Amino acid sequence: MESERGASGAPRSADLPARGAGGDDPGGGVPFPGSGSGSSPLLPTDVLSLDEDEDDLEVFSKTSRGEFDSSEFEVRRRYQDFLWLKGKLEESHPTLIIPPLPEKFIVKGMVERFNDDFIETRRKALHKFLNRIADHPTLTFNEDFKVFLTAEAWDLSSHKKQGPGLLSRMGQTVKAVASSMRGVKNRPEEFMEMNNFIEIFSQKINLIDKISQRIYKEEREYFDEMKEYGPIHILWSASEEDLVDILKGIASCIDKCRKATERRMSGLSEALLPVVHEYVLYSEMLMGVMKRRDQIQAELDSKIEALTSKKGDPHLLTEEIGRLEDKVECANNALKADWERWKQNMQNDIKSAFTDMAEENIHYYEQCLATWESFLTSQTELHLEEDSEDKL
Amino acid sequence: MEPTPPDPERQMQPAPLKPPGHPDSGLEAAIREEAEGAPEDSSGLGTMTENNFWLKKIEISVSEAEKRTGRNAMNMQETYTAYLIETRSVEHADGQSVLTDSLWRRYSEFELLRNYLLVYYPHIVVPPLPEKRAEFVWHKLSADNMDPDFVERRRIGLENFLLRVASHPILCRDKIFYLFLTQEGNWKETVNETGFQLKVDSRLKALNATFRVKNPDKRFTELKHYSDELQSVISHLLRVRARVADRLYGVYKVHGNYGRVFSEWSAIEKEMGDGLQSAGHHMDVYASSIDDILEDEEHYADQLKEYLFYAEALRAVCRKHELMQYDLEMAAQDLASKKQQCEELATGTVRTFSLKGMTTKLFGQETPEQREARIKVLEEQINEGEQQLKSKNLEGREFVKNAWADIERFKEQKNRDLKEALISYAIMQISMCKKGIQVWTNAKECFSKM
Repeated sequence: MESERGASGAPRSADLPARGAGGDDPGGGVPFPGSGSGSSPLLPTDVLSLDEDEDDLEVFSKTSRGEFDSSEFEVRRRYQDFLWLKGKLEESHPTLIIPPLPEKFIVKGMVERFNDDFIETRRKALHKFLNRIADHPTLTFNEDFKVFLTAEAWDLSSHKKQGPGLLSRMGQTVKAVASSMRGVKNRPEEFMEMNNFIEIFSQKINLIDKISQRIYKEEREYFDEMKEYGPIHILWSASEEDLVDILKGIASCIDKCRKATERRMSGLSEALLPVVHEYVLYSEMLMGVMKRRDQIQAELDSKIEALTSKKGDPHLLTEEIGRLEDKVECANNALKADWERWKQNMQNDIKSAFTDMAEENIHYYEQCLATWESFLTSQTELHLEEDSEDKL
Repeated sequence: MEPTPPDPERQMQPAPLKPPGHPDSGLEAAIREEAEGAPEDSSGLGTMTENNFWLKKIEISVSEAEKRTGRNAMNMQETYTAYLIETRSVEHADGQSVLTDSLWRRYSEFELLRNYLLVYYPHIVVPPLPEKRAEFVWHKLSADNMDPDFVERRRIGLENFLLRVASHPILCRDKIFYLFLTQEGNWKETVNETGFQLKVDSRLKALNATFRVKNPDKRFTELKHYSDELQSVISHLLRVRARVADRLYGVYKVHGNYGRVFSEWSAIEKEMGDGLQSAGHHMDVYASSIDDILEDEEHYADQLKEYLFYAEALRAVCRKHELMQYDLEMAAQDLASKKQQCEELATGTVRTFSLKGMTTKLFGQETPEQREARIKVLEEQINEGEQQLKSKNLEGREFVKNAWADIERFKEQKNRDLKEALISYAIMQISMCKKGIQVWTNAKECFSKM
């Protein structure tokens, strides 16, 4: 396992292939190629679906880190456990860009997504989710993450009960809405730019998601219509003595091209659609991160305001302000660093996904070209044969 | 990768179906002088032997289409399209062509010409006209007769029709056809003066014959089945092709949306911006390439449609045979019954029920003189009948012989043309694939530079 982990210092996610994150090997226990961070992290190696009806999932992980009792773990998790983990990570690291979770259910209207196999798609997305966390220089050491990957079901339940309760979380939300407005007013320039980017990015990636889905749908309909097209040439050949060969040839070419269309479709649904969709979810995440940052700043601002308007104990306030100023600085720095990392990953993932899509299309056209060209060659040869026979 | 056509011109690319600007758009129709061609129909106007015109090679082209307005038979305003027909004769020596005639005709005049040919050449598989109204359209194509694309395809179809007639060994010699190409005014009157409309076989008669004929030539029965199958399978194919074209259009066009979004996105990206922008451009190219691709396919569909309509022409020949055969059978039956009557009268035995027999029984025998008179009349009728039967028999056999010769000619033409059309379809697919490879290779390069 160790040998497979590279020693590069570059952000690990660059190597994460857009397609096949766990999709190539549904069998368990295949180690994920190593991370680049200095200390070897905990690697979720596979997320397996056990039961198609329930969301019982099996999570396999491997590690070489000394802090663990063993080097391999296998635990059972449910979707709500993933949800819990995400919540905890957001809580502990409010201004880090936490990877997005796939939706729990099929979003209405997109019934035919991703090969009509929602469970499988979600499984792959969950696998990606865990690996992104593992690759993150900070999140990989998060305690809740470790517990998630290693604890037996009952241990996890009891661990879950320990954090701030549901009520306090709801309280947070109410406060958040009130204060986020203030946070926006005093937002530093660089975060204004960031926010602007996020807004536009979110728009565009959503559009691209829709366009890509639509392409898949159109390709599928094309594939369906082609079903009759080849066979009708065969039918025709039954009443034409002299045209049997050529008609059968055409029918065979059409059928081969149809198969190639099928391959193209599945390539699209593996390479492009999941990546684009993940970034749609990411864009929602990012907006949440911005809000939380603004919130933290708002807390500080409100204390400062209180101090200047002489409401409350100046000493206490000054102390709090000091603490909050640190908090704000931490949050901003964390976000800035993570932002750069995220952008780099995004560029690589998008580039990779679209390059793969282009490759799929090239491959499709090359296959069809070869089919038709060989048909044409055989017809020309036949023709020349007939001609030379005539001349004899 | 173009296959080298072993035969010039007509083998790989049927000239009639090239767009107007193409140098070959007027195909040379070499009119061979056939010394012992199939005998023409008895009508005096059926043949013509104006040596000067027919010995030279001629080129026919329907070169333009124009919208016109005029008043119709009911004195109401109407819009129609007129087509310019140009005829050139080609001098053997230097291959130069000289414009000999040019006139305008509308679709209804083409129909008139064809209906005339159908009446006077019932043993010929008369080439069909392009469709009157657009059928088998996929959604993007307009079903409007005034739509410029439809008019353009019809222009090509009409040219094709004229070329087919001009290259038919028998039809090309028809005077009315010659006048169609050369005499603009009065042509309609001239055609109508032939009185061909009176000679059209009634539908009812034809239907009746089809049901009641007892011994049609088996080959014609088979031919009828074949033409039904041909019509059915080509219709089906054209329908499916139209739906497939529709879907393909969708796939290509949606990619065009990427172009716009990539462009907008590139505005906020520093490193990815250029790659996105140029990739978007290639997506636009890809999306718009489908228009030309499908237009080419439309020409292919038209080639198939011609043979769809030829099926009806085949059936027309079969119907004529059935009519003639039925007529013959009825005449033979009539003759046989007259002979029997005669025999009965002569021998005095009544074997068959007849009104005369009954009345004789009821009202008394007729006189020997009356009987003699009747026998005489019958004998005359029998004589006449036998002559008629002989000539009908002869006519029938001639018809079958001539029709079958033309059908063989037609079969060879059909096999050649369909092979060519199918090959051209393969060539179109190859071209489409090559375009696709190029666009996506360019796009991939842009993506990889992001």
